[in-house]
Amino acid sequence: MDFPPLAWQGLVVLVVFGVSLLIATYSTYAERVIAAFLQDRVGPDRAGPFGLLQPLADAVKLFTKEEFFPAGANRALFVFGPCLAMVTALMSSAVIPFGNVLQFGETAIHLQGIEINVGMLYVFGMVSLGVYGIMIGGWASNNKFSLLGAIRAASQNISYEIAMGLALIAVLMMSGTLSLREITFQQVSDAPFVWQDIFNWNVMKQPLGFIIFIVCAFAETNRTPFDLPECETELIGGYHTEYSSMKMGLYLFAEYINVFVASAVMSVLYFGGFNFPFQAELRNWLVSSQGLELVTAQNIITILGLVGLFAKIFSFIFFFMWVRWTLPRFRYDQLMRLGWTILIPLAIFNIMLTGGLITFGVIK
Amino acid sequence: MRPKPVGATFALQRLLVLLRSNLTAMLLVLPAANYQPSDYLPILIQFGLALAFVAFAMIVSHLVGPKRNSTVKDASFECGIESVGNARTPISVKYFLTAIVFVLFDVEVIFMYPWAVNFRALGNDGFIAMILFMFFLLAGFAYIIKKGILRWNEA
Repeated sequence: MDFPPLAWQGLVVLVVFGVSLLIATYSTYAERVIAAFLQDRVGPDRAGPFGLLQPLADAVKLFTKEEFFPAGANRALFVFGPCLAMVTALMSSAVIPFGNVLQFGETAIHLQGIEINVGMLYVFGMVSLGVYGIMIGGWASNNKFSLLGAIRAASQNISYEIAMGLALIAVLMMSGTLSLREITFQQVSDAPFVWQDIFNWNVMKQPLGFIIFIVCAFAETNRTPFDLPECETELIGGYHTEYSSMKMGLYLFAEYINVFVASAVMSVLYFGGFNFPFQAELRNWLVSSQGLELVTAQNIITILGLVGLFAKIFSFIFFFMWVRWTLPRFRYDQLMRLGWTILIPLAIFNIMLTGGLITFGVIK
Repeated sequence: MRPKPVGATFALQRLLVLLRSNLTAMLLVLPAANYQPSDYLPILIQFGLALAFVAFAMIVSHLVGPKRNSTVKDASFECGIESVGNARTPISVKYFLTAIVFVLFDVEVIFMYPWAVNFRALGNDGFIAMILFMFFLLAGFAYIIKKGILRWNEA
């Protein structure tokens, strides 16, 4: 059967979609297991071996819970809020280059759902749309806690978006492209010195930009220490106080998918994407000593790169959860002061520094 | 890249050249690549999938869950005491100021994207232009901070 390229791409989009949902589901499990580990507890262990079926049980529970509409809520917007949050969260994962090309005879499969030349801008646009879901839902609930959570979320996300965008600009100045795939390929080195591979990753050239970016990623995904929109000690549940059943579930899933996408973007932009150290040596060794064909060797490298990228993503997700159980929450004025008076000037300084270093030829 | 020294006279001379040249034309030097409009088609597939999942979740949870309501139960949650008034109340003007400042700054950041992508092509001229731009940006930024947009603990 002849498969047109668009069908292959559609298949990859489908797989990426499924994988991001799966990772979001199992992030809820991982969060509880890691919390239990850090607090010296047992954690979920009843549903299935090691509690691995817990996310399924949670999903069934969320689906069968009562759907609640508070009196005085704007019903249409109340439903629209979580839908928007989830749709925007699900839209952003497909542009991430999860791997290089797999070559089977005539067919070449790109392990990336959508390859567009404005990939980074697309992710950024989708992530910024996500805040509308929270804002609409919080306002529509007609609850004071929800309203406070919603305006906090809006104000916080837009403040940190500026610093995030500025941190990103320094990377774009070096790469000269917005395509995530090309940014990945630029972080490869063919130099004979093997550890050069790691020194070619953007995090080595943009350490300050990376720190700004990861702090903003925490704020953008509403994770501790910046989880003021939903801080349970002040605002009950923040913007999702009045939500129940799957509408609540969609908000929770959207947050975990955003964490996954943020981790993937950081791995691609700063940690070399699907490149891993010694990949050129390994390919040469497979071809010369093991007698494999170049195409087969390249496929093996591609699969290892895919595994490597997911290892990077999972490390970032673990970092997000580790920080949650380590740092206390900021106060709101501290949060705004950090965003505006520290991160934004630092990011502008970083742009100036990068520009100067490129102009004077220090960074190639 | 030309590692030219950027002295004060040199910078002034360059600035004059820059003011005469057409900045918009400079910013449109996009790197050549064979991207097609059809590359954007899978976004529709992705959008359809996302929409289908959300619709499925909403409809199934609407059909499966029980529905029992009463006046007390439907009241908005205020920690167990009786709900007072409406939640559509005016909010602190600080949030509004933040939103206004965001709009201004986000537009500035958007201006920087094409500049950053074409940074090498624009060379020293582009760098000097952006230093000036950032200077004006930071001047306005210092002004709003001085005016107390971040003094959250005061009224």
